Amino acid sequence: MNEIWAGIQEAVRLIFSLDADLIGITLRSLEVSLTALVIASALALPFGTWLAIRRFKYRRFAIAVLNALMGLPPVVVGLVVYLMLSRSGPFGVLGLLFTPFAMIIAQVIIITPLIASITHQAMRELWSEYHDLLISLNTSKRQRVAALIWDGRRTLMTAALAGFGRAIGEVGAIMIVGGNIDHVTRVLTTAIALETGKGDFALALGLGFVLIALTLMVNFAIHALSRTEREGTW
Amino acid sequence: MSQPISVYLNSILVKRRGKTVLGPIDLDLKVDGFTILLGPNGSGKTTFLRILHGVERASSGVMQWSMPNEQAHQAQAYVFQSPIMLRRSVRQNLAYPLQLIGMDKDEISSRVSEWAQKIGLQDALEFPAPRLSGGEKQKLALGRALIRMPDVLFLDEPCANLDGRSTREIEDLLHDATQVGTRIIMTTHDLGQARRLADSVLFLLNGTLHEKGPASIFFAMPRTIEAKAFLNGDIIE
Amino acid sequence: MIRIVLAILMITGVAAKADTMRLAATTSFNNSGLSDALLPAFKVDTGINVQLLVVGTGQAIRLGQAGDVDAILVHSKAAEEAFVSADFGTHRREIMYNDFVLIGPSADPSRIKDAESAIEVLQLIAATEMTFVSRGDDSGTHKKELMLWSAAKLYPDFFGAWYKAVGAGMGASLNSASGLDAYIMADRASWLNFGNKGGLELLYSGDPMLFNQYAYIPVNSDKHVHVKSEAAQRLEQWLLSARAKNIINNYKINGEALFIFNGAP
Repeated sequence: MNEIWAGIQEAVRLIFSLDADLIGITLRSLEVSLTALVIASALALPFGTWLAIRRFKYRRFAIAVLNALMGLPPVVVGLVVYLMLSRSGPFGVLGLLFTPFAMIIAQVIIITPLIASITHQAMRELWSEYHDLLISLNTSKRQRVAALIWDGRRTLMTAALAGFGRAIGEVGAIMIVGGNIDHVTRVLTTAIALETGKGDFALALGLGFVLIALTLMVNFAIHALSRTEREGTW
Repeated sequence: MSQPISVYLNSILVKRRGKTVLGPIDLDLKVDGFTILLGPNGSGKTTFLRILHGVERASSGVMQWSMPNEQAHQAQAYVFQSPIMLRRSVRQNLAYPLQLIGMDKDEISSRVSEWAQKIGLQDALEFPAPRLSGGEKQKLALGRALIRMPDVLFLDEPCANLDGRSTREIEDLLHDATQVGTRIIMTTHDLGQARRLADSVLFLLNGTLHEKGPASIFFAMPRTIEAKAFLNGDIIE
Repeated sequence: MIRIVLAILMITGVAAKADTMRLAATTSFNNSGLSDALLPAFKVDTGINVQLLVVGTGQAIRLGQAGDVDAILVHSKAAEEAFVSADFGTHRREIMYNDFVLIGPSADPSRIKDAESAIEVLQLIAATEMTFVSRGDDSGTHKKELMLWSAAKLYPDFFGAWYKAVGAGMGASLNSASGLDAYIMADRASWLNFGNKGGLELLYSGDPMLFNQYAYIPVNSDKHVHVKSEAAQRLEQWLLSARAKNIINNYKINGEALFIFNGAP
């Protein structure tokens, strides 16, 4: 209990003194996870929707695979991405290892199946509701996807938030592919791991509270932006 | 809008889970005025309507409109028994079919106002459609169907769940539609409504077309025993 | 489209920065706080930015072999010599040393305080079967620990549950030892800078066998063409300079020097 209190005090001190390192680490956390979120959403949202409305032979199998990919252990993803990006690996020549870009790649791989799966479930429901009407109105595939995505946007936003939560709290994969290099690839989670490893629990907790606050703020920001709460209960 | 429209069906068969639900139907139908599809529950009226509009595909058989099917479909609209509302405002529901064909924004705006007026929802334009009452939803669905001025309008028991007042309002709108040349094919099991509206009747029984003809003749002198019984209000099997 | 990709790449700092190099160094180099004292000074003096990857000796060597870093700083002579003779590194340059110490609960149930040698310490712990935390991660510290067990004619593979190999860095291992109130061997610098000592105390030190030499090895650019040999060389020269010597010898915690410079320019 003592240490948690010390952690809160440390968090307050860090924030109010606008500690330069803290700001740098926080911005980097946001940069990495938000970029990963944007890329993953650009891939997962259309794919999940397409999967919901397209009928093809191996549909059930594709969905099973998607759900299985959700369970990919992040640290294993990190290891595989590391082996791919290492100088001795196939993509080593790109020089991406130990950069934020490598971290983004790993996080995209981790959260895309999650976002796609939630999207698929939501779109499936909405599609069964809209199905007859959209066919009757002679919509093209693209128009259907657009209607589903727009009308299902609240659920999609929830899917994206779930993905963001996964990404910003992740530590195993990005530690491996990022290397936790000070001022380059150190983010909130890896910094917490480092400080914990040094036995500096107050600082680690302080960073932890900042991370929690950050996640809450992003949640609220997204809700405010979309004005979903003000649009009514439907 | 003024050229004649007909549809030709050859051995149309619809099977579900091994059971024949509709067919075989062989029919050369001139689509004109107000056609009512009549028949007891389970006779295949809804299936027949959905096949005609292309919302469902027949298991076998051929259907051909008097123009390429694709083209015919674009000039048709459908009102479902349970109205399907987009999770948007009344205005956006009305505007949607027009946006799909890329109509100009101002044009859309004026048409939406016009039709909102016609269906009596001009004061509810920003209201979320899913929260309208049953009658209001159906009127919105009808307005949305007519806003593109289709050649053919299909309706599946549109007044089944509505009160007398809403039913009358819908029937008035349908009457107005026929006045501007829209052909209507509608299913109903309300005989009174059928008598009020029909120009011609298609009577379905057990998935096949049992009798057809001009409304005046059908109601006054039905040829088959089953049609007679049905008009009498008996249960037929 | 390509411009967007390039923009992202630039923001995420992939575009190879001139005057940047990567060094893989042992956790004790960082946990002691020395890296925070040395590397900024190096940057001020030469303008070269050293990106530090803090990993165990085993992983540092793997990174060097793969060419993912430009130089390594580790403390396991046998592994270093193997690295150089396999041509992964150009040569081995000693920089500084300190010693390993034996840490344990202040009650000292195995009574190692009065032991006469490091080997005796380990024998006492094994005999009393008191909880002992091992790095277990192929690091320099771990290798030293194994070497000592071997010299004591004891075999960790056959130890009971009292021997806990945590497979973690120095700090994390110390955390575990603190939580378990266990014995552990650590380098003096990491111990002094450790923030969660709990009920642990430094119980034994001084045996010459606990000598801990740190060495710097540039990665061989013949094996990996892209390696920043020039920057690695300049870091080496700087680490041997009077300035570095000064920083290293004067780096103290509570008045205690953590490392002693022994580089020969």
